[in-house]
Amino acid sequence: MASTNDPFQFQEFEEAGNLLEANRNATTISIEDDDIIPEKQRQAAGFSPDDEDALASDDKTELLSGLKKSVPFWTFEYYQRLFDVETHHVKERIIGSVLPWPGKNFIHVYLRKTPDLYGPFWICTTLVFAIAISGNISNFLVHLGKPNYKYTPEFQKVTIAATAIFSYAWLVPLALWGFLLWRNNKIINLVSYSFMEIVCVYGYSLAIYIPAVVLWILPYEWLRWCTIVVALCLSGSVLVMTFWPAVREDHPKVIIAIMSAIVVLNVLLAVGCKTYFFSKPQALPADKSAAIEVTKAPSTT
Amino acid sequence: QASADANRPFAGLSDVSISEDIPVEGDISVPVGPSARRDDEFSTLDEPVKETVLRDLRAVGKKFVHVLYPKRSTALLRDWDLWGPLLLCVTLALLLQGGAADSDYQGGPQFAEVFVIVWFGSIIITINSKLLGGTISFFQSLCVLGYCILPLTVAMAVCRIVLVAGSGSVSFAVRLVVVTASFGWSTFASTAFLADSQPANRKALVVYPVFLFYFVIGWMVLTFSPSQ
Repeated sequence: MASTNDPFQFQEFEEAGNLLEANRNATTISIEDDDIIPEKQRQAAGFSPDDEDALASDDKTELLSGLKKSVPFWTFEYYQRLFDVETHHVKERIIGSVLPWPGKNFIHVYLRKTPDLYGPFWICTTLVFAIAISGNISNFLVHLGKPNYKYTPEFQKVTIAATAIFSYAWLVPLALWGFLLWRNNKIINLVSYSFMEIVCVYGYSLAIYIPAVVLWILPYEWLRWCTIVVALCLSGSVLVMTFWPAVREDHPKVIIAIMSAIVVLNVLLAVGCKTYFFSKPQALPADKSAAIEVTKAPSTT
Repeated sequence: QASADANRPFAGLSDVSISEDIPVEGDISVPVGPSARRDDEFSTLDEPVKETVLRDLRAVGKKFVHVLYPKRSTALLRDWDLWGPLLLCVTLALLLQGGAADSDYQGGPQFAEVFVIVWFGSIIITINSKLLGGTISFFQSLCVLGYCILPLTVAMAVCRIVLVAGSGSVSFAVRLVVVTASFGWSTFASTAFLADSQPANRKALVVYPVFLFYFVIGWMVLTFSPSQ
């Protein structure tokens, strides 16, 4: 049937068929057309099957990681990639940040090279509104029944809360990332985190504060301090366990400096929010500005 | 001779001729007759202004009905318009004014704050759903989110009326029930329109910001305290 005189004889299939017959256990990748050409070239060069396997897996991983080629950050596709998560991913990450397990590094276990911006952004936004609303409710409950108290929704507190939380969740990771980059130039580190991964860890570590802030509505000081301590321990341990491998090989002074900076900033944020937004149960002063002065200087703790 | 003929393709067609008794003539001009009338159907430049305004109002009203009885229909999505959301936003912001008249105490948000929260919030939710891979367009999403504020605006009007009667705990309980019901209605209506445009494993990720948005607006409606 195959007449080689006929110029229209389709010859490609025959060639491939002959090659496969010669090399029955050749690994063939059938993902894209790009794969077939290097495949054929390797077979033409006459490699043994073992080398071929190693090369095939090398090529496959290189091609797969090459599929995620970097897109410039001013395109929409760059940000779409950062939102490439599903509902159960977000749920797992939130649970992982709320219940830290010693040895389970958040970035390695949960993020696995795919940080997302959905979690950090919406957790921060929820926390901002939770703080503003809970602070408002707790103020109302504290002053309930007092004759000269006038309820006000205090919407300006939303902007203050938003500034505080978003700067913590974005500027501190920026500073930390810059610092780690600078240290990486001096000391070779096996572990290095990208900026998005650090932002992701910080965003998810704020998730524990949302139930804590709701609990602060109840005007009991001991309850508020208990929840603050628990939330600080959980979120602080997530952050410390995540960044420990990145600074482990460094000078001891630098390790202590970084770890204490991470913890201290966390404490400042929590205590600052509690002090500013949640007033202590005490006598209602005559006008509102005095109330803010008193809550800012807790000398009567 | 025969083989030569057979080798040449289309051999039999060279002796086709047109018979002379078949007329080759006709009219190839386009009929011009009713074109003047057709122009009138498509041009709305000559109609009275009342007609134009009424047509837009009818479109807005039809969408209000769709929000009040939310079914999974595509009418809201197909012909989006932003008149309805603008009308609702202005009404809501005006109803939220007239709080405590003291300069120190704020009984409610400023007019501009309501606008910023509604429009900025809608834009952020739309960007969020597009980043998650939604198939809905930017303005369609703004349209849906804006129209679904209708139940909360109605609740605000009801709250103002209840507050005229009194502002004790009974009125608070009534207002709480009304605001909760309308918040649920708004969220349900908007997810009925938006949910179809998302893949199934991300629906919750898109619904949560909508929930948060209407929760914040409901909070503003509920905590409005009148001047005394």
